[in-house]
Amino acid sequence: MSQFLQQLINGLALGSIYALIALGYTMVYGVLRFINFAHSDVLMLGAFAAYFLNPSIERTFGPQSIPGALLVVLLSALICAALGILIEILAYRPLRNRPKLTVLITAIGVSLFIEYTCQHRSVFRAETRPFPNLFPSRDFQWLGLAVNSNDLVVLAATAVLLTALWFIVQRTKTGTAMRAVAFNPQAAALMGININRVISFTFGLGSALAAIAGILYALKARGIEPLMGVTPGLRAFTAAVLGGIGNLPGAALGGFVLGALETFAGGIPAISNYRDGIAFALLILILLFRPAGLLGKPQTEKV
Amino acid sequence: MNPSDSPTSAATTQATAPLLESRDLHVRYGAINALNGVSLRVMPGQIVSLIGANGAGKTTLLKTISALHRAKTGDILYNGESIRNLAPHEIVRRGLCHVPEGRMVFANLTVQENLQMGAYLLTDRKVVAQELDYVFTTFPRLKERLHQMSGTLSGGEQQMLAIGRALMGKPRFLMLDEPSLGIAPLLVKAIFEKIVQINREHGITILLVEQNANLALEIAHHAYVMETGVIALKGESRELRANPDVKAAYLGGR
Ligand SMILES: Nc1ncnc2c1ncn2[C@@H]1O[C@H](COP(=O)(O)OP(=O)(O)OP(=O)(O)O)[C@@H](O)[C@H]1O
Ligand SMILES: [Mg+2]
Repeated sequence: MSQFLQQLINGLALGSIYALIALGYTMVYGVLRFINFAHSDVLMLGAFAAYFLNPSIERTFGPQSIPGALLVVLLSALICAALGILIEILAYRPLRNRPKLTVLITAIGVSLFIEYTCQHRSVFRAETRPFPNLFPSRDFQWLGLAVNSNDLVVLAATAVLLTALWFIVQRTKTGTAMRAVAFNPQAAALMGININRVISFTFGLGSALAAIAGILYALKARGIEPLMGVTPGLRAFTAAVLGGIGNLPGAALGGFVLGALETFAGGIPAISNYRDGIAFALLILILLFRPAGLLGKPQTEKV
Repeated sequence: MNPSDSPTSAATTQATAPLLESRDLHVRYGAINALNGVSLRVMPGQIVSLIGANGAGKTTLLKTISALHRAKTGDILYNGESIRNLAPHEIVRRGLCHVPEGRMVFANLTVQENLQMGAYLLTDRKVVAQELDYVFTTFPRLKERLHQMSGTLSGGEQQMLAIGRALMGKPRFLMLDEPSLGIAPLLVKAIFEKIVQINREHGITILLVEQNANLALEIAHHAYVMETGVIALKGESRELRANPDVKAAYLGGR
């Protein structure tokens, strides 16, 4: 039982990170109908932003102070929001009316460009750097479980962010405009909605979430390198598909399901080497029976 | 319900310069010429109907005016200013709203959220509340369905929502693309009465695209007949209703 609870906490923490990343994939898909493969690199850039910002902020706030850590996270999120918006304007907007395959291949190109540029000697270099503990971190026992405070940070941050995102999308005018654009961009334009601005907002929001997820991932992994986004990015993309691409609660749910699956499969020694295989086999099974994903509606999409 | 019988309406007295004018518009889809030099004028305060067979280019004209399509050549003047190079949202900002063919309500949004989107550019809450009031008096049904998902509304209700949503933007000029499409005759009659009311009571100028030529000519001051990308006939709707060619082709003979 305690073994189970232990894995559940680990799974939830990992799943939280996947969920935060998956939301960005699914939001962009919602408004533009393509997968932004560079999303996984934005999360890496978020971790690097925090890495480089931290020393100077520590100097003012002291090491591992909570306000200082929050400031690092906030600034990294803002930097990545700007980067995400810039990527859309420079790479995707000129192709807005081209076939989706063209945009998809461009997205892969942008992703590779960022990864290999960052690996260059004069940029971040390829090797792993130790990631600082931004928050006061300690291990403690709780009901016989070994818990690291970083896991609690991850869970708390995710709870706050999911609530904030829900509020923005469901309760604000800009969020409603996002949903309108996702449903029918032409009709949205006829309402006086500036489509480009809504798309920029979507990229900014998704990238900010990715940056925070990248920092949380780095806190757990304790190291960062330019390809660090690839694996969680792929898992989160899978989570978005699992939940029903374009569906926000679906992306969050998919993230948690995938995180839990991976952790539980990894916790059973006999199969732990196959944990990705098992997670993906289950994914295929689920999609066989629910092609639109867990929460996705069967496609009745009109052109 | 027949404004052409009342020549003293604001429409005919103050009409000097057109509110909307298209000049020699050419629009292509790849190799297809959808519009081949369309010129049309709508005087302020009037209802102008545009009728024509399927594929004549009526929807294309409205979409070009709203900047959802770009014209190859020609110009569009609104209130004396060229709007040809503006983005769609900038055109809406000038008070030119468009109820598109097929209604295009946001099915994933509630009725209330759809109306809120119609008022997207209005920043004054008082004005928004005022417009909402006006929409509810015009279409009381919408008030009853406020929290319903728009996708689950009936076709007629969706049309009311599409028109109500456009009214939320406080338009000066309203373009309606086939409001009768797929709606029972009795309701069509009711919706047309609302269109006349919108024009009369609020002085909103209207450009109406309709397949139902009888009704369209009945409520309009002026009308244009479109055939394969060109204007074939134009005039006061009274005259057009008496025109034997129009009768034969669009008004069901006699
Ligand atoms: N997106 C498009 N791509 C290619 N051709 C198009 C497109 N939209 C319209 N057309 C063509 O342009 C012509 C005019 O179409 P349009 O929709 O403007 O006609 P319409 O007068 O509104 O017809 P209806 O009464 O059936 O709505 C038609 O021949 C149509 O096939
Ligand atoms: Mg049409």
